[in-house]
Amino acid sequence: MRKNKILSLAFLMLLLVSTALYGCNSDNASDDNGDAKEENGDSGEPKTLIFGRGGDSVSLDPITVTDGESYKVTKNIFDTLVNFGEQDTEIHPGLAKEWTPAEDGLTYNFVLEEGVKFHDGTDFNAEAVVANFERWAGGDADQFPYYGSMFGGFGDEEGHVIESVTAVGDFEVEFKLKRPQAPFLKNIAMSSFGIASPTAFEEMGDKFGDSPVGTGPFKFVEWKRNDTITIEKFEDYWVDGEPKLDTVVFRSLPDNSARLNALLSGEIDLADGITPADSATVEGDDNLQLFERPSMNVGYLGLTTTREPFDDPKVRQAMNYAIDKQAIVDAFFEGRGDVAKNPIPPAISGYNDDIEAYPYDPEKAKELLAEAGLEDGFEMELYAMPVPRPYMPDGEKVAEAIQKNLADIGVTAEIVSYEWATYLEKAANGEADAFLLGWTGDNGDADNFIYVLLDQDNIGSNNYTYYENQELHDILIEAQTEVDEDVRNELYAKAQEIIHEDAPWVPLAHSTPLLAGGKNVVNFKAHPTGSDKLASVDLE
Amino acid sequence: MANIAETKQVKEEKVAGPWKEAWRGFRKSKVAVVGMGIVIFFILLAIFGPLFTPQGINDQNLSDRLMPPSSQYWMGTDDFGRDIFSRVVYGARISLVIGFLAVVGSAVAGSILGILAGYYGRWVDTIISRIFDIMLAFPSILLAIAVVSVLGPSLRNALIAIAIINIPNFGRLIRSKVLSIKEDEYIMAAKAIGMKDKRILFSHILPNSMAPVVVQGTLAIATAIIEAAALGFLGLGARAPAPEWGKMLADSSAYLTNAPWTMIFPGVAIMLTVLGFNLMGDGLRDALDPKMKS
Amino acid sequence: MLHYVGKRLLQLIPVLLGMTFIVFLIIRAIPGDPAQVILGQQASAEAIKALRTTLGLDEPWYIQYFEYLKGLVTGDLGESLRTRTPVMDEIWPYLAATIELSVFAILIAVIIGVNAGIISAWFQNSWFDYAAMVIALIGVSMPIFWLGLMNQWIFSIELGILPTTGRENVRDPVDTVTNFYLLDTIITGQFHQIPTVLKHLVLPGTALATIPMAIIARMTRSSMLEVMRSDYVRTARAKGMKMTWVVYKHALKNAIIPVLTVIGLQMGLLLGGAILTETIFAWPGIGRYIYEAIGFRDYPVIQSGILVVAFIFVMINLVVDLLYSFIDPRIKYD
Repeated sequence: MRKNKILSLAFLMLLLVSTALYGCNSDNASDDNGDAKEENGDSGEPKTLIFGRGGDSVSLDPITVTDGESYKVTKNIFDTLVNFGEQDTEIHPGLAKEWTPAEDGLTYNFVLEEGVKFHDGTDFNAEAVVANFERWAGGDADQFPYYGSMFGGFGDEEGHVIESVTAVGDFEVEFKLKRPQAPFLKNIAMSSFGIASPTAFEEMGDKFGDSPVGTGPFKFVEWKRNDTITIEKFEDYWVDGEPKLDTVVFRSLPDNSARLNALLSGEIDLADGITPADSATVEGDDNLQLFERPSMNVGYLGLTTTREPFDDPKVRQAMNYAIDKQAIVDAFFEGRGDVAKNPIPPAISGYNDDIEAYPYDPEKAKELLAEAGLEDGFEMELYAMPVPRPYMPDGEKVAEAIQKNLADIGVTAEIVSYEWATYLEKAANGEADAFLLGWTGDNGDADNFIYVLLDQDNIGSNNYTYYENQELHDILIEAQTEVDEDVRNELYAKAQEIIHEDAPWVPLAHSTPLLAGGKNVVNFKAHPTGSDKLASVDLE
Repeated sequence: MANIAETKQVKEEKVAGPWKEAWRGFRKSKVAVVGMGIVIFFILLAIFGPLFTPQGINDQNLSDRLMPPSSQYWMGTDDFGRDIFSRVVYGARISLVIGFLAVVGSAVAGSILGILAGYYGRWVDTIISRIFDIMLAFPSILLAIAVVSVLGPSLRNALIAIAIINIPNFGRLIRSKVLSIKEDEYIMAAKAIGMKDKRILFSHILPNSMAPVVVQGTLAIATAIIEAAALGFLGLGARAPAPEWGKMLADSSAYLTNAPWTMIFPGVAIMLTVLGFNLMGDGLRDALDPKMKS
Repeated sequence: MLHYVGKRLLQLIPVLLGMTFIVFLIIRAIPGDPAQVILGQQASAEAIKALRTTLGLDEPWYIQYFEYLKGLVTGDLGESLRTRTPVMDEIWPYLAATIELSVFAILIAVIIGVNAGIISAWFQNSWFDYAAMVIALIGVSMPIFWLGLMNQWIFSIELGILPTTGRENVRDPVDTVTNFYLLDTIITGQFHQIPTVLKHLVLPGTALATIPMAIIARMTRSSMLEVMRSDYVRTARAKGMKMTWVVYKHALKNAIIPVLTVIGLQMGLLLGGAILTETIFAWPGIGRYIYEAIGFRDYPVIQSGILVVAFIFVMINLVVDLLYSFIDPRIKYD
């Protein structure tokens, strides 16, 4: 009898627990999904967009950081003098409504928008622009890394391109340069150079990055580290009718599958970094849509030209013939990308489309190896990226496919990997035989690809292959100060020919990074630089 | 003299007798036998399995990507079109070798340190015990991650990391065992008649401390297999294209919703192997050292 | 008793000091320059060099170590290299998130584990006993990161009844006071948030609870069996005391000691071992904080993070030891 009593008691408990859980569950549906949809559907209710992404921001003071996750947020808090196009890197008016460059390319005169306010209520004017540039030019490479690398240095330094920034009127600013800089306008359009409220950054000093104040469509609300950053509509935004959303929450979800799961269950509205593998899942779901970020990147296999046998251009060309790039793009980019033949993506001005890509031809590769005296093949280490990057969603898998291709021509490749930091360092030290890597353009200029990645000046930094060519170097330096677009493009066309012949890389792909969002997200346009302005995005 | 003869007899019994008796005890426990069955199954699989798998573990077949289980691919295929069944079978070899070697490594290192600490006592004991305390105060997986970060991610380094984090468990066990045996009459007697330290250690103390080490070792293999899989899952263990189970899970996590078989089978394989070692370890403990029920 | 506590605390000092030293050495042996990692792939060589100098990474290691210790003495845990924020200021929300999750997990583990153990012992060799013990055995053998993913798949994606990730409904965030969200909802009277917060705890909590739950169930069962065979329980039974009363009062009191040990040990393991769970469920906890800091070579965060976790771990063990004598006065400390 007693036994039964206890048993039934236990049973009752179980029932209770399960009902309680069930109760919770049914709540949940309305709580996390239903509510949200109701909210969004009703125009009277505030509209909140949750943007799931791979990591947290470092700081919200855009000039102090170099990571994309920070810019994703600051792009919406700050405006720049000039803007990139919606989905390209053409220059459009921003806080400056018009500008006139001097004939010699040494002076730029900007006329600013009037009636623009910072989030703290102070006025945006010429003085504010000057104050920002003075702050940046007075810093150093540690404080403001991008200022130094885009404008050649700080203060009185020799390489510093900007000689002076002066207010010539309440809403007119004049920039004087020491020498012409071809991508000057593209540089100041970068998210790093968002104009901040001088009152705020003077007052807060180092803490400015925790509570940023700009003129952008959204103002900063709250930052829960490693979790969420919340920004809300700036009522006095100077562009009429924008922003459409009331609140945007950036949520860090580092695990790719966790992020996709959160999207599928409606916990987030927009997900960054959708892997090509997941695109099928998204497309198969009626409530979701896929967004393509126009490609401004290149993923490549670098061949360290100082290491045997890659010091021989024949061997490097053989690698180019041996790797079936199309198959790799089809399988591991799921076709979301184009096979690359040049170090710059086709969308960038100066792309040389006359270059003929190395076809997939293992026989030819073997011949070249034989010519180089390596008919029996050789052994090498193949560095595979440990982390997904926008230019290569899965380095290890690409490496596995390459390993197979190389085995077919008698080359034994051992796949090695290190943590990301170590990986970059070892590659920069020239310790890798061959390594997978890539690059996303900062400002959409050819110089930002070819000079940065393949010029001898950048050996030990971003020229990981240690590739050196004097002729190429001269061309690239000339192109930096050439203001005439056509002449400049000629120079880059020539540069690409040289690189194609010397083959320090096997260019693999220009990938199309993917995002996914709910069907109710409208007007979202993914920007090639990787940070998206959400001012015109709406929820239906 | 009679006393010594007696101890000797006792000792012999302790060395030879208990193992046989333990086996009898072990056989009685159904669960333990099941556990041993699972373990033997996986060992056989690890040794002979790869000889009979239907496909090569690295045979890429991009036209057959992510196929569901079928008569051709018993457990389906992964995103390279490789046969998951073949890879899971081969993975048994990796996991067992890692588990076994890591545990042998930490058992040997731990035993040496434990014996030194327990037998010599005083400052040797203080230093070694403090080091164990320090290591145990670390969250073990973090320590393993740190070690792998120093050495670079690879299967071998994951093995070393796992061996290191398990040293204090064995060390403490042996130390306490040595401490209790040291006080036993026969050791006192051996000391009294002037037996050398080394001889006492190797012919008396070590053999008598082995039972708990075997038990702990069996259970530790189970943990080590999970730890290796966890490191593999975090991308800090096996390198591509090795079919290590944890790595297989990490590689397939993107396909969970549209190709769940890529995730289910390697996970079940880990769980079953670990279960086998746990069951066997429990059985051994009950049989060898009934007092040890932690 | 006080004497004992004092002694234990004193013993802690060399352990923690030794830990800082070992952590310090290990993380500096990790190849990779923090300045490079912080500035990323696109940074120039000068920027990296300048940052190294600012961060004091050019100093010899023993000076860096000494500086770090000096800071510790004054309660300064250092400043994150990456975010340039004092670790002291940023660590609490992470720590609170992990503690909340761990406490929740250990509660599930204890409530279900102890009860399952008792019922199993009570009805030894019944179907419930077998089922519970088989489940427990499988539980101990479970790779929890796999279990977590499977649960996420089944309960969130396929069935859609539980949230996949995070601590709160981001559309309707919890106002934080203590950063223990459950507590915060009560303090600030956001009662409608309680079920939401609980639901977010369920999946990561059960994943984390699985192993301790299984261990506790087995432990409770075996010690209960022993106790129930003992004379005084038999006497009690013979005297006709109500069975449930006997079980819960007498037997449990004796069985609790080993169970307590397990709880203490597991609580510590949970604190550090939550890395995988926190990654899968995007739980902004201390495990992920430290793990990401390793990736960024953020030395002060790794050092102080591990130190704080270890300190809590050691303190929990101390408390457990003290509880022994509270529960069973026969245990004395010298």
